Amino acid sequence: MDIATHDVLLVGGGGAGLRAAIAVAETNPKLRVAVVSKVYPMRSHTVSAEGGAAAVVKPGDSVDEHAHDTISGGDWLCDQDAVEAFVREAPQEMLRIEHWGCPWSREADGHIAVRAFGGMTRMRTWFAADKTGFHMLHTLFQTTLKYPEVMRYDEWFVTKLLVDDGRVRGVVALELMSGKIQALTAKAVILCTGGCGRVFPFTTNASIKTGDGMALAYRAGAPLKDMEFVQYHPTGLPFTGILITEAARSEGGWLLNKNGYRYLQDYNLGKPEPKPVLRSMELGPRDRISQAFVREMEKGNTIKGPYGDVVHLDLRHLGEKRINTQIPFVRELCTKYQNLDPVKDLIPVRPVVHYMMGGVHTDINGATPLAGLYAAGEVACVSINGANRLGSNSLPELLVFGTRAGRAAAEYASSQPAAREDAVLAQILDEERRIEEQYLRKTNGGERIATLREEMQKSIEEGAGIFRTATSLQVAAQKLRQLQERYANVSLDDHSRTFNTELTAAFELGFMIDVAEAIVESALRRTESRGAHQRTDYPKRDDEKFLKHTLAYRQPDGSTRIEYLPVVITRWPPAERVYGQESAEGKSAS
Amino acid sequence: MAETIQLEVTRYSPERDASPGVQTFDVPCRKEWVVLDALNYIKDSLDGSLAYRWSCRMGICGSCGMMVNGEPKLTCATFLASYAPGPVRVEPLQYFPVVRDLVIEMSDFMRKLKGVKPWIIRPEEKPLAEGEYLQTPEQLDAYKQYSMCINCVLCYAACPVYGLDPLFAGPAAIALAQRYNLDSRDQGASERMDILSQHEGVWGCTFVGECTKVCPKNVDPAGAIQRYKLAAAKEWFKSLLMPWGTK
Repeated sequence: MDIATHDVLLVGGGGAGLRAAIAVAETNPKLRVAVVSKVYPMRSHTVSAEGGAAAVVKPGDSVDEHAHDTISGGDWLCDQDAVEAFVREAPQEMLRIEHWGCPWSREADGHIAVRAFGGMTRMRTWFAADKTGFHMLHTLFQTTLKYPEVMRYDEWFVTKLLVDDGRVRGVVALELMSGKIQALTAKAVILCTGGCGRVFPFTTNASIKTGDGMALAYRAGAPLKDMEFVQYHPTGLPFTGILITEAARSEGGWLLNKNGYRYLQDYNLGKPEPKPVLRSMELGPRDRISQAFVREMEKGNTIKGPYGDVVHLDLRHLGEKRINTQIPFVRELCTKYQNLDPVKDLIPVRPVVHYMMGGVHTDINGATPLAGLYAAGEVACVSINGANRLGSNSLPELLVFGTRAGRAAAEYASSQPAAREDAVLAQILDEERRIEEQYLRKTNGGERIATLREEMQKSIEEGAGIFRTATSLQVAAQKLRQLQERYANVSLDDHSRTFNTELTAAFELGFMIDVAEAIVESALRRTESRGAHQRTDYPKRDDEKFLKHTLAYRQPDGSTRIEYLPVVITRWPPAERVYGQESAEGKSAS
Repeated sequence: MAETIQLEVTRYSPERDASPGVQTFDVPCRKEWVVLDALNYIKDSLDGSLAYRWSCRMGICGSCGMMVNGEPKLTCATFLASYAPGPVRVEPLQYFPVVRDLVIEMSDFMRKLKGVKPWIIRPEEKPLAEGEYLQTPEQLDAYKQYSMCINCVLCYAACPVYGLDPLFAGPAAIALAQRYNLDSRDQGASERMDILSQHEGVWGCTFVGECTKVCPKNVDPAGAIQRYKLAAAKEWFKSLLMPWGTK
């Protein structure tokens, strides 16, 4: 067993991980920092983010308004101290990545251009056409290449966190190319592995989004926070789940039911106007728009399709020129994958699992309760997103909290003595033996990965979808426990070492079942409706009992223990969420 | 359920095989399916040991490039039915060493990418407090096309020069060098010029333009290379005429 020694390890090389790596290098250039990623960093899922990144820079806007939009959008489950830090630091982080070369769309005079986005009172969303995440990720990745101190382990899969004496000591990882299992020790580990959309059957998330970091932390004893809050984005293409960005609606797109009627007006989201109005109708928050879809389906107003019911997103009135300059990727995706042209055709869309508001519990500096373990980006729950994230807050989040976690981990690592490898040697050997015995050498068992994965996805969608009940959740919980047992009998077709992607798929399935259980158990215990968590048996928000974060701990027997933590309220006491003209003072978005 | 189509897939395991072979699979030919869906069907239902890379399934992560009937393609953006009645040959991208099955060795490209210094180079940085570097939409347009590269390396698999001379920096790396050279915020063009000029591979590019034809993002690396050659030739002439004046 080889052991490589570092000071700070990043697990995950997307936006948060790369930003954190640069922050570590800049905080203390003497630290040995490395990015461990199961894919080449520029393949990370940040690449798929389309619409934009919110940060207050324009005259007339204020960080307090951005904070209030975020907090009301999150149905008052956000920690307000974290939101205040976020809105304050987002502009400088966005400027920094501009200085690093991100090709932001511009106004005629050369200043940064901004667009409207759902749930935002002002136009404050920076964008790089509709490939914002792609450009941010490549800018960050290419910029990290100039830091010789940032080492990379590309295509290494982390299977376990090493913990000794209450502190994280590093990770065990598999090098895909060689099949070698190796320990990478470190004084601090920052998880930046993103979300877990693949737990669900229909998602915008890439195949790599399997909740690895969430499960690694959960298994190591760190709690997962607010896992019941799963964001359905209202506009996914049927079958593929490819996202049609919210920017399509901020540019003026309409959502129509089968009668060509802008149905959102029936769901307390304002009145239809020809031009987009901020915080109104199609620019309402994602949770409310996705929920309206289900209600519309129940009324029989949706359109039947081969991959489930759909409504129509209508962009035709925007015209070819505007579509080509502002949302060219939407047109490219529709023509390439749906064989239709949004300039002339209606786009069929349905709600699709997009984002996890919940994640590894961290403080405002990305620190988890487990010493030496940090998390940032979608894998983490700080929480600035509360019960529902606003579109265009996740990209600035990964910059702000990637930086904060990088700095905090660097300072922690600088103050720690060298890691003692002998303390974790037994764990390393155990993990190597587990991988050999449970996967590589086992030939009996008989359970197929794809079968268990499909059953898991079906059960969580049925049990913990857009609307949930105690019964639906209990059925899912029971099914997931059975799947845990059957998982022990997974056997692989592939027993070779070189680039064994069936082995990594097996690890990923194990992670996903753990994460799915945390989602279902957390949802079962929250007997209220708030943001993206809608219980038809408890339809009201209950601030008396649930102005609290859920903390899910994994017990030694694999079961989940739930605790609660009060929400931090600074300046915005809980209030009604109001969308439509009353809230937006009729501000036009164009 | 509808018709099936035959896939002829390259199989190679360095632990087992002396050289790559071909395995055929019959898969459903559904109209919504891309070639990648067919590979996923094989992995999930027929043979879990098939190795290939993929992630986003929306043509932006750049992972799933392969040769499909002899052409470099993103398999997530290539419909299966357009090859009916088949068979469809799926091979690893050519000119790269093969790790296993459809997985190629990427490290040569990663070295070349880093080699062209694809980051903003400026002798002096202004503080963040002074705001953004202004850049008009026209200035953005000057390099935007080259910034669209997703590093899928289809252009290398299409490039006859790279096939003959692996030292050639290659289409994507040169396009990304140009992406920064043409960015109004950057002042590193001459530094990058020195690196690119070190090897003569670039002069071997005869503007066949295969790289531009296969690029799924319309980056036009062939155009980037021609512009680079023109700029480099000018620099060279200047250095002959005015040896003191170019640096």
